[in-house]
Amino acid sequence: MRAAAFYDVDGTLVGANVIHAYAFYALNDSTLTGKLGRTTKLLASLPMYAVADRLGRKFFNDIFYRNYAGLHEDRLWVLGEELFEKVIQKRLYREMLDLIKRSRSEGYQQVLITGAIEQMVRPLARYLEVDAWFSNQLEIENEKATGRLCPPVLAGPEKAAFIRRYALENDLDLNACRAYADSGSDIPMLSTVGRPIAVNPDSNLKATANAHDWPIIWAK
Amino acid sequence: MARPKPRISRESNIEFIDDKSGARMVHYGTRFREVVLPRGSRVIYPNAPLDPLGNPKAAIRYALNHPEGADPFFAQLKPGMKLTIAMDDISLPLPPMKSPDLRELILTELLKQCAEYGVDDIHIIIAVCLHRHMTGPEIRKTVGSKIYNEYYPDRLYNHDAEDLDNIVELGETDHGERVRLNRRAAESDLLVYVNINLVPMDGGHKSVTVGLCDYLSVSAHHNTHTMHRCHSYMDPRPDKSRLAKICNRMGEIVDKELNVFHIETALNNRMYGGQLAYLGRPETTWSEFDRAKFQGSCALLERLPESARRSFFEKIPSHYELTAIHAGATEPTHDKILDACFKQYAVPVKGQCDVLVSGIPFISPYNVNSILNPLLIQVMALGYLFNMYRGSPLIKKDGVMILFHPCHESFNRTHHPSYVEFYHRILSIGTNSYDIHQYEREFAENPDYIHMYRHGNAYHGVHPFYMWYWGDAGRAWVGKVIVVEPENLRVPKQLGWESAPDFNTAMDMARSFLGKPHPEVTMSHAPPIMIADVEA
Repeated sequence: MRAAAFYDVDGTLVGANVIHAYAFYALNDSTLTGKLGRTTKLLASLPMYAVADRLGRKFFNDIFYRNYAGLHEDRLWVLGEELFEKVIQKRLYREMLDLIKRSRSEGYQQVLITGAIEQMVRPLARYLEVDAWFSNQLEIENEKATGRLCPPVLAGPEKAAFIRRYALENDLDLNACRAYADSGSDIPMLSTVGRPIAVNPDSNLKATANAHDWPIIWAK
Repeated sequence: MARPKPRISRESNIEFIDDKSGARMVHYGTRFREVVLPRGSRVIYPNAPLDPLGNPKAAIRYALNHPEGADPFFAQLKPGMKLTIAMDDISLPLPPMKSPDLRELILTELLKQCAEYGVDDIHIIIAVCLHRHMTGPEIRKTVGSKIYNEYYPDRLYNHDAEDLDNIVELGETDHGERVRLNRRAAESDLLVYVNINLVPMDGGHKSVTVGLCDYLSVSAHHNTHTMHRCHSYMDPRPDKSRLAKICNRMGEIVDKELNVFHIETALNNRMYGGQLAYLGRPETTWSEFDRAKFQGSCALLERLPESARRSFFEKIPSHYELTAIHAGATEPTHDKILDACFKQYAVPVKGQCDVLVSGIPFISPYNVNSILNPLLIQVMALGYLFNMYRGSPLIKKDGVMILFHPCHESFNRTHHPSYVEFYHRILSIGTNSYDIHQYEREFAENPDYIHMYRHGNAYHGVHPFYMWYWGDAGRAWVGKVIVVEPENLRVPKQLGWESAPDFNTAMDMARSFLGKPHPEVTMSHAPPIMIADVEA
């Protein structure tokens, strides 16, 4: 039976996160007032996001993605490509690229599963030549982002559900599958596969990895 | 503890136990235990440390200038040439020696001569093979700050057996063994290998062919078939060690294709120095002060947590001293060092035993600055302790090995990530190497383990298999292994061993297994290292 390697993106393959991505969008707003307003709001809200993330990734997403409200869909896609070229590509963990290459040569399907938005993930997925990728989608009305994510929102347990569905649809042996993630919020995703690997884990994930003898990779 | 007296008779460094003999000290991981052996048991002690060479620096210079079967080192140097110096990793010697490490002294002299002859294209490669990469501070301690600051990390680095772009194939033996080596070493005008020959298994053709090769090459001899055909690992004669025989075949290709200049060294067995020197001597020679220190150390160690005990021992360097150094062509150089090695380690022993008693210490070649995990306890017992012989094994076929170790189920996940999976998953499937061999490639090619080996400080994914194969010859020979006082009963069980709460119970179990009320009992009082020259 076939197997896949599932990768979280932020902090696992890339030394950046959704806040870096939004900061890029904010700084590249089409108007000066928009640029200043969005950047200032983002900076002021950082402590609140830290608290929100501790309360749960879903709660964080609900609050954080409100920032995108009003951004034009076309702009999001254009800036998504620029974000990849100017930020993401430079922050990719080179050692993880080597790991992906070896994993592919071992016959594993390569799948990205991330809470980032699709405009940010698509250029990365194309660059990594992965077999499939799953990301969050911003709700768009009248060609503008509403600030809400389309359900189901990929975070925490939902990632695990996606992996199970993907495995079922693609006849994968979950026990032989691998998953890579960096955050305690990804423990459900990691627990779904037979071979979970913590990458640059936060304290929560590190404690879990140590308790369950999951390998830990420190990537750069 | 009453002071033990040498009783009845003493053949060289062998003592026999009678009713008035006192208890004997054994290592118990990071602690010690005292054991009262049955009357008639014999205790084999290592030889006393040989006198060191008076002037190691002069000895190094002399060896480089008067090599065996090769031109002097300086005569092989030409301006503009490409020179690579490979050296043994942190697994040698054990424990790491006090500064300056012998490698620093040798490298200093080599680099000095290179500078005098205008050779500046120099790389220093730590020949780790599939061992973990040494960290920067470990490398600094080994080569000294001056060399480290000048060469690290661009020209002083760990060999990477998984950097396949930098592995080249030199050829294939007539038995199909492929010789694949580090590209820089293979493409150099001169390859120098600096050996620390702690045991006779070290050095010779094994240095380059193993230290600088890749998984494909090392799997030619690191397999269960080869290990079952070694009698013993410490007897390098090709008819005794299949491992040595294959390495020799592969090494002949290396010597044919490359210009290799070996530097081999023999050390005495002064493992303990200073206030701990008494631990390397028989208890009968201990002073009252030594005895007080021992009792105090035991009490203190019992009260410390395991991590603190480990830290304590990691901070104590060995006091090994240079007893011989030779340089030149592979075989004549190695032959001379083997003689020096056996001069220090060989202990003549008449007759095998039914029951071999020994303690497992805190250190092995694979857990420097790390944890002696269950697989390493296994390799210390069946891989090393069992194989410390020439001639016949010290223990009779189907005899009983009684070991002292607390057997904690703990692993260093940075150094031994694949050991964890091997221990829990593979050993739950089986303990027969021929059965579990089918999983070897899965571990060897696991991209996560490869990543951790290349970019972290992990042993290669396949390494726990080698540790298990290393115990094969001992496992096939020994009838039963009993661990005394394990603190985690699951560990002996997972290793296929039995456990006993105390030594007397272990002896009863041994008597019952052997069907002998009075089995012949021998204690191997190691470390320090010794090799029993057994006349069956």
